Amino acid sequence: MNDLVAIVVKRLGFGLVTLLAVSIIIFGAVELLPGDLAQAVLGQGATEETVRELRAQLGLDRSPPERYLAWLGGVFQGDFGQSLASKKDVASLIGPRFSNTLFLALYAAAIAVPLAMFLGIAAALYRNSWFDRATNVGTLTAISSPEFFVGYILILFLAIKNPWFPALSNVTPDMAFTERLNRLFLPAMTMVLVVTAHMMRMTRAAIINLLASPYIEMARLKGVPQYKVIVKHALPNAWAPIINVVALNLAYLITGVVLVEVVFVYPGIGQLLVDSVTKRDFPVVQACCLIFAATYILLNLAADVGAIVSNPRLRHRK
Amino acid sequence: MTTFSLSLLAALLVISVLAYLYRRNSMFVPSAVILAITAIVTLYSGESGAIVVARLIGIVIGSSVAAYFFRALLIVLLRGEAKKALQTAPLTAAFGMLVILLYSIAALFAPQIAPYGESEIVGSSYALADDKMILGGDQLGRDMFSRLIYGARNTVGLSIATTCLAFLMGTSLGLFAAIRGGWVDQLLGRMVDTVMAIPSLIFALLLLSIFGTSTLSLILVIAFIYTPLIFRLTRSVAGNIVVMDYIEAARLRGESTWYLMRKEILPNALAPLIAEFGLRFCFVFLLVAGLSFLGLGIQPPTADWGSMVRENATLISYGEYIPLIPAAAIALLTVSVNFVVDWMLYRSSGLKV
Repeated sequence: MNDLVAIVVKRLGFGLVTLLAVSIIIFGAVELLPGDLAQAVLGQGATEETVRELRAQLGLDRSPPERYLAWLGGVFQGDFGQSLASKKDVASLIGPRFSNTLFLALYAAAIAVPLAMFLGIAAALYRNSWFDRATNVGTLTAISSPEFFVGYILILFLAIKNPWFPALSNVTPDMAFTERLNRLFLPAMTMVLVVTAHMMRMTRAAIINLLASPYIEMARLKGVPQYKVIVKHALPNAWAPIINVVALNLAYLITGVVLVEVVFVYPGIGQLLVDSVTKRDFPVVQACCLIFAATYILLNLAADVGAIVSNPRLRHRK
Repeated sequence: MTTFSLSLLAALLVISVLAYLYRRNSMFVPSAVILAITAIVTLYSGESGAIVVARLIGIVIGSSVAAYFFRALLIVLLRGEAKKALQTAPLTAAFGMLVILLYSIAALFAPQIAPYGESEIVGSSYALADDKMILGGDQLGRDMFSRLIYGARNTVGLSIATTCLAFLMGTSLGLFAAIRGGWVDQLLGRMVDTVMAIPSLIFALLLLSIFGTSTLSLILVIAFIYTPLIFRLTRSVAGNIVVMDYIEAARLRGESTWYLMRKEILPNALAPLIAEFGLRFCFVFLLVAGLSFLGLGIQPPTADWGSMVRENATLISYGEYIPLIPAAAIALLTVSVNFVVDWMLYRSSGLKV
């Protein structure tokens, strides 16, 4: 047991170091701007005086490491600085949008995860059948389509030609839960289609890999019924790859959300990120990137830890 | 119920019954499923639904036939190893190769094929499709069809250039790290892990906000983001080769690192790298299209599929298919490359999974 804890703690520590390194990259990238931040914001035509003023206001007179520590300290207290475009607090811009994005991602995940697991296991069990081949071509097509293509097809057929669902996902904070689910149905379905395809293929590969191992063949040869082979022999070893697949795809969902939010004009953090990139509003871009990257790293970390904890060979070590 | 939808349903029913009678399970199940879907769609939306289904079936049959003849043609034309490989190639792979060939022709001969110039204004904005413009006009009245053809050149060309650059950097760094080992290897590995911890689209947005959205910075930024992935693969493939005896022999001969990388390791690592090139191209292509769709990729007036979708998206709310065509062009190319890569991987692995 102690070995297991040691491995998990080591992995967590490694994740924390990665997170810090990524925050340095995100902060440091802005330092690469030709000239500096104040110059970039004000443009070439600005007078020396206004540039100096903005520089003082942004704290650019301090050295980069000093500013990084101040920025990181602020982030830990939920203070991401001030937006350059709207002069508002970045945290207050991100807060409501972050919960919107989270809601959309969870909505999609709640449908996609069970669906993909079911389809993936079925495709693995009936591999090389017509079902397996059809899902193979179907999922390959879904993976290869850009998210905006899937989104617009759904809009065209389920919102315009047949007005069943709203094409735009404008939500307000005081909206009822069911109304919100209805408004978000199409963006959630877009992500479900793309993510299910990925997740299903990975589940299928993981299960097939497992079913090919000698101890499964042994179980079959000694006459254990099919369902028992799966439940008693395959499943305990399948948890690690399955957890891995789910976490990796949730991480993928986090990036996919950016394009989907733009297609459906949904007020989430991805939409904010794209707007801020266009406006070159660096504090907001940095904050959004940090949030996306942190979620991504945490989910990957969860995948690793889940795989370690659920591995019977590590749990019952002699 | 019109005669058209009735005859479609009847034809499907006959196929299903025949397949059932002759115990062709692989034919029966799909045709029964299609029959059920057609029945539901026709009951719900009448003849228009039946026409959509019939078109889809027609597209699938048509592309299978085209792929079949293309494969037959290639088998006749080619000799030796390639001929043998193609004889066992699945139809999906042949279809993929056909599509890639057609796209290359469109890209290479764009000025000859396209009826109008890339940014030539031909009619009124959002002009309807007619004899002059077979797909109608875009938001400025430029010919959609011509822009689609030029898009093959711009979007695909840019993606290929980016993938090549990423491969150049990724493989050379990977081979270098594998040969040198020690702290160089460790340092590069750690750096790559950190860069890979940031999702690619997010990282691309961050870097593009800093370096601006010119074509050059687009290529450099995306190549930089994909280099670590290629480094990883090359490093792991080359890691198995470096320990071989013939590498040791070459080292003892006193060959340089550059020679070892180029002449001893690279030829033996080529097969997985080529398959990886196809897959990475798809990811790069989708990322470029996504960024262009967001207005941060290839800039107007250059014709590009991603931005064409965004510029004409308003037409979708009037029930028009036209804006979806560039998006479909993106999807079709990615699917085709995936089909070909799938087949190559299957052949090289020799696994019967």
